[in-house]
Amino acid sequence: MTLSISLTINGQPKTIALDDPRVTLLDLLRERLYLTGTKKGCDRGQCGACTVLVDGRRMNSCLSLAVSLNGTEVTTIEGLAEGDDLHPVQAAFIECDGFQCGYCTPGQIMSAVGLISEGHAGDDPERVRELMSGNLCRCGAYQGITEAVLEAQRTLKEQKERDAA
Amino acid sequence: MSLDPSSAQATRYGSNAGQPLTRRDGLLKVTGRATYAADNHPEGMLYAVTAVSKIARGRVTSLDVAAAKAYPGVVEVLTPQNRPPLAHDPDEKLPPFGFRIEVLQDETVRYANQPIALVVAETLEAATEGAALLNPQYEIRKPRTGLDDGMRFDPPAVGVGSPPRAEHGDIEAGLAAAAQVVEADYETPAQYHNAMEPHAVVAEWDGDRLMLDMPNQALVISSASYATYFGIRPENVVIRSPFLGGGFGSKAILNGPQMLAIMAARMLKRPVKLALSRSQMYGPVGHRGNTWQKLRIGLDRDGHLTALHHKSISATSSFDDFLEPAANASTHLYASPALLSEHEGIRLDVGTPGPMRAPGEASGSAALEVAIDEAAEACGMDPLDFRLKNYAETEPGTGRPFSSKALRECYMEGAKRLGWAGRPLAARQMRDENGFLVGWGMGTALFPCPQFAAEARATLRADGSALVETAGVDMGQGAWTALAQIAAEALGLDPDQVEFRSGVSTLPDGGIAGGSGHTASAGLALHNAGKDIIKKLAELATKDSASPLFGAGNVGVDARGGRLYRRDDDSRSESYAEILARAGGQEIIGSGQSTREPDHSETHAMFSHGAVFAEVKVDPDLGQVRVSRLVGAFAAGRIINPRLVRSQYFGGMIWGASFALHEEAVIDHRTGRVMNADLAEYHVPVNADIPSLEAILIPEDDPFVNALGVKGVGEIGITGTVGAIANAVWHATGVRARKFPIRIESLVI
Amino acid sequence: MNRFDYICPTTVAEAVAGAAETGSAYLAAGTNLVDLMKIGVARPQRLIDVTKLPGLDAIEWSPDGSVRVGAMVRNADLAYDLRFAENFPAVAEALLSGASAQLRNAATVGGNLMQRTRCAYFQDTASACNRRAPGSGCDALEGDNRLHAVIGWSEHCIATHPSDFCVPLAALDAVVEVEGPQGRRDIPFESFHRLPGDTPEIETNLAPGELILGVRFPAEAARFKAHSRYLKLRERTSYAFAVVSAAAALDLQEGSIRHARLAVGAVAAKPWRIREAEEGLIGGEPTTEAFAKAAEIALAGASPSGDNAFKIELARRIIVRALALAAEGTPRAMPALPGSPFSSASGVSHVA
Repeated sequence: MTLSISLTINGQPKTIALDDPRVTLLDLLRERLYLTGTKKGCDRGQCGACTVLVDGRRMNSCLSLAVSLNGTEVTTIEGLAEGDDLHPVQAAFIECDGFQCGYCTPGQIMSAVGLISEGHAGDDPERVRELMSGNLCRCGAYQGITEAVLEAQRTLKEQKERDAA
Repeated sequence: MSLDPSSAQATRYGSNAGQPLTRRDGLLKVTGRATYAADNHPEGMLYAVTAVSKIARGRVTSLDVAAAKAYPGVVEVLTPQNRPPLAHDPDEKLPPFGFRIEVLQDETVRYANQPIALVVAETLEAATEGAALLNPQYEIRKPRTGLDDGMRFDPPAVGVGSPPRAEHGDIEAGLAAAAQVVEADYETPAQYHNAMEPHAVVAEWDGDRLMLDMPNQALVISSASYATYFGIRPENVVIRSPFLGGGFGSKAILNGPQMLAIMAARMLKRPVKLALSRSQMYGPVGHRGNTWQKLRIGLDRDGHLTALHHKSISATSSFDDFLEPAANASTHLYASPALLSEHEGIRLDVGTPGPMRAPGEASGSAALEVAIDEAAEACGMDPLDFRLKNYAETEPGTGRPFSSKALRECYMEGAKRLGWAGRPLAARQMRDENGFLVGWGMGTALFPCPQFAAEARATLRADGSALVETAGVDMGQGAWTALAQIAAEALGLDPDQVEFRSGVSTLPDGGIAGGSGHTASAGLALHNAGKDIIKKLAELATKDSASPLFGAGNVGVDARGGRLYRRDDDSRSESYAEILARAGGQEIIGSGQSTREPDHSETHAMFSHGAVFAEVKVDPDLGQVRVSRLVGAFAAGRIINPRLVRSQYFGGMIWGASFALHEEAVIDHRTGRVMNADLAEYHVPVNADIPSLEAILIPEDDPFVNALGVKGVGEIGITGTVGAIANAVWHATGVRARKFPIRIESLVI
Repeated sequence: MNRFDYICPTTVAEAVAGAAETGSAYLAAGTNLVDLMKIGVARPQRLIDVTKLPGLDAIEWSPDGSVRVGAMVRNADLAYDLRFAENFPAVAEALLSGASAQLRNAATVGGNLMQRTRCAYFQDTASACNRRAPGSGCDALEGDNRLHAVIGWSEHCIATHPSDFCVPLAALDAVVEVEGPQGRRDIPFESFHRLPGDTPEIETNLAPGELILGVRFPAEAARFKAHSRYLKLRERTSYAFAVVSAAAALDLQEGSIRHARLAVGAVAAKPWRIREAEEGLIGGEPTTEAFAKAAEIALAGASPSGDNAFKIELARRIIVRALALAAEGTPRAMPALPGSPFSSASGVSHVA
């Protein structure tokens, strides 16, 4: 049985013929579409390395069956920067040293983008820490991650205010 | 800590080295373009999945290979019956750092999660289900996984070739002379590295040439080992490992699953990818073995140590010999006229333990630092005063001077930052405004400074830019950045004029990324290669009558900003490009090695030091603990990149928090299986566990450790921290935790 | 993971009809089911994707103040729905104390009710587990069971229910709306999940093929909105299942307790509502002594199922604390660390 699904991935509409309903969004991205920026850390929703945005919401792509996401928009780490211009979250992660080995980083960054758009943390580092706790970092870059989220959020807010002015 | 390059620290650190540059690989990592092993997809690639044993001891009596092979998409199933031969017996260890490897040599099962077959298929989904269909049947023998049922033995060595016993002075006499003896038992659990990136390999054969994409902490050693196992020439093995998603020791040693995937690729003549599942990482890829430790501390009336006896029973597997050298943590830290550290081994039916971030030092320091706190308590002394009273001015036992030791400054700065002064001596004295118990504890951090063999090559190009090369490894510590900074400084160039090639086994041997020695080792090789270039360049210029530097050979030249300057006259200089152009546009190639003056190794004791201070809050009724502050002050010689070093200290301290409060592989002793072999129940800290971290970088000049003055920073952070947190928990609650991790139930009193 | 057929019905009737075939399972976000399929615990032959069914993703208020939450409403959407959180703050806090932001964005209300135990022996297909494989035995009984049940367990099963969300639902008299081959019906929340007895494999009182359509909260449950808390003890600050948890809700008038609600989590195979303890509180003052008495009543029938006697004492203490926090009043803003004992911890600084 081949299932055909439509996904918009990083702004590009795609029709994907799936020969296997078991394929998760994560494995679809990595093994069939070669978008390998999204990482597999546990494959069970226990680490957050596979976080992507589905219709703008951060989710664990390892637990989503691709067939079930027919018609959605998916944003991965590859779709975040605009050309050579880094997204403010990406820039802040570099500046704040919010990573070491880099393996959890795409998931952290996508999670941070989701967190900021959800808008529940305000400028409270404690809320940021809590809301980033679904992304494990074994290297222990948590302090830099928290700083990066707060800094990027400030930058985005300033950008928004400038654009509005 | 200031990151201002104009600060005094930066001046001391030098021009390029010493700057808090952001990571040179940062752009790749934040855009998802950094390529980890499992991101590779060579044409025609197959997927391999290991089937693993559910028993810990016995034999596999049957596998339903037919069912697996019949499954759509499955290409082949490797079992002991059909797996291709190896040129080297996997039960024979290969030096250096060789371990016995389980690659389906027979049906014997020696631990749970041992690979018992490999299923190769066209898709990951088919390989995974194929492995599930094998339905193994076993002949089960009772596993031995506890202190009571393992086989005890006297190990010939612990850790990586360390002596199992060290004695200075007469320990029993020291204890007999003591006014009091503090004695206690400590227990540390099995812990698993759990790097975020599971072990993976993409193996591709071209005749007898082997291309491997795999995370690997020791590229050149590993490629030689693979060559031996597969009977091919070492230069025919290429390992690419530009990025590791964390190593922590678990990717320094060859393991069975990766080897099986390489065997399958050769057998099937197609590239094969294998990535372990998270649960499969609890077995064949090393772990920190359990320890059961005893400390006896003799104390005189003034609170001086009269004897320090540290014994560890360290677990290893039934078939190999890595033992956590925990007791060695006590041999270099506190002054005592009598010191004895000793180890006993115990064989369990578990995967072979291996080096895991601060092997020995972490578990040993956990016990030692709690014991020292108990000794301070017994003397009625402040834990910091007690440690200062027993400060080792020279190496305990040997009396050798330290190559450098700014531990006293670490104590002072750390204590000041936490606000240690005025800390109540007794436990359970402090509460915060919400009624939580508050405690402050401390621990001393210590880690040795190894210098490994390493080589590097540098090429100065006609345009004055440089290429530097070494098979170095960046597993997150920042080698792409820090090593380039060292090379740039040696070459007198800005880092952006230096192209740095690394992470491939075909480059000059960069040694091992481990033991906190990679920056010192690969860095020194790069430094020497850069200096070699400058020497050759200076020779060209000073012997060239057309150069403004002509004749400066005696006074010498300085290299900076891509120019050579006459040392006694800054107005006379010439750019590298100009010098090379006149010499016919040639390139200059330099080489360098990592060596330590043998004399210095003999005459001096070499360690990084630190002091960690912790504040914990404990719910007085519910027992939940939160580490509300962690302050570490560390002295580790010259700091190449303070931004990255700070991150390394943070990482180590978080590992310390994890050791103290979270990590434990829970084994069901009936089956030998780890029952929490995942990341939901095997807890490592999450972001919310770490509200406040500070790392203070204490300046330290070390003229002996190596020409760079660089010590190591990767592992020291975990030492000291475990004890600091446990001691803070005691200070908050009055409960002395001697078994790690500290569980809620031990605090609910 | 086994291969399965995938169907994506567009009406509830179609979904229910599809589920009549044996080996079928409803798939919502998959945060639990897909995981269980990956580890071989669940091997459905046919997945019926209910995420596209119309009308199941709404939060609908009735004029009387009751609310119906569709089964496909995502946990995060419910927790952050202002009107809902204001009326049922303990439910919002419980939701936000669970899992991670990513999982809450995906996981559904219906799926949460259906999540399976975290018992390691249930998850490990090589272990004996009556819940997973009826009649095979229970390896948890003599195994690693420090976090297992202390109430309502049997010699056949000592697993606990892992949900946070379900704990306040039990306390608040929620009602589960289901539709199956026999039509629609309501199941009072308290009788939705089952204790193991000698049939631990039957975890809920859903009939075969029944689909959860939504959860209704009676208007009456909003009377507690000023005094409601969910408290959750964990082995790390976030992203961990409960060691024990409690939902407490009080209706205070002139210093005395007019109504009280209490449920405990992670102690039994179902969220554990304690009516006797509630009744004991009614009419009295919200004092520590009264709360301690309620806790004694609540745990009166508890017994360790293994190496977990400490959970009984912890459950008592968390009840006292949760009631005390409820009496103090619902926090004006959702705590930074929802459900955490440290949710009120100030003085935790962020030192850059």
